[in-house]
Amino acid sequence: MIEIILLFKITAAVIALESKNLLSAVISLGGVGFGLAVIMVFLGAPDVALVQILIEVVLLIILIKATVSRDETDVKGQGEYFNIILCIALLGLLYVAVLYVLAVMPRFGYALPQDPSYEIPSLVYLTRGIEHTGSANIVTAILLGYRAFDSLGEAAVLFAAVAGALTILRKAKKDEEK
Amino acid sequence: MKKNKGMADTVKIVTDILKGFVFIYGVNIVLYGHLSPGGGFAGGLIIAFLLILMFLVFGREEIFRRFTRKTAHTLETAAAVVFLLLVSFEVIPGGIGLLEFFENLITGRTFRLVSGGRIPLGNIALGVKVAASIFLVFTVLAIFRETEKEEEKDDK
Repeated sequence: MIEIILLFKITAAVIALESKNLLSAVISLGGVGFGLAVIMVFLGAPDVALVQILIEVVLLIILIKATVSRDETDVKGQGEYFNIILCIALLGLLYVAVLYVLAVMPRFGYALPQDPSYEIPSLVYLTRGIEHTGSANIVTAILLGYRAFDSLGEAAVLFAAVAGALTILRKAKKDEEK
Repeated sequence: MKKNKGMADTVKIVTDILKGFVFIYGVNIVLYGHLSPGGGFAGGLIIAFLLILMFLVFGREEIFRRFTRKTAHTLETAAAVVFLLLVSFEVIPGGIGLLEFFENLITGRTFRLVSGGRIPLGNIALGVKVAASIFLVFTVLAIFRETEKEEEKDDK
């Protein structure tokens, strides 16, 4: 099932890249994101799927409202010959690398050792998370309890993004105050 | 076109009915973040989505009368400071005592709404911050594009 959705995502990504119309490219990009959300549901990660669907909806609206609705830009010109060859070579290299990585990865869903005497962090989170943090949702317990500094970094990135957008587009704000 | 008055009346009425439910759903996702899937980021996105919906449907004057950009700035910065304090209790001097104070403030049996120490507080701070940030980014982009459009018209 996941492979079918992956194929759908790859197709949508190729369409988004190759489409000459900006609007159809944006909608194809939305297809990629929603496919990822469905994959997350199949893998048993409702938290990630929820966030993925929401961010995809907001992103689609922002892209259409702020980018596409301005004018229908048709991308012209064709890719150069050398670039295509380089792309195919890089893709081949990536394929070989991914094959090597997949060979040594543990089976999907069985990354944890089954012996509880191992004191690795993820096992401790799973078995003693409620007792440590008092949060029944283990994802939130990790995000805001064990790994709270990582969440602080994400919040700082968001803050920096907003500050950057406000600074670069300040001309519009001045017009607003007039 | 200069004044963005929003969409058709049908859309306005439907949005008027729906906005309370969407807001309560977002708040629910934030508050129950430590019990069920969701959390500050997802709930904040839902609230930001509601604000964007009202911006698109009612026009920007309407939404800025209730929720100005200065309010959004203040909320975002305040939530960021609160979140910074919540996660850095272990590092700042004397923070452990404060952390224990918070842990004792919100105590209760697991799987209850009031439980989990600082995790619900962090969820709320993150939710407010995400909602304000995403709404600010959207308004900046939308207004930037609109003014650009008007300038193009003026040039012609």
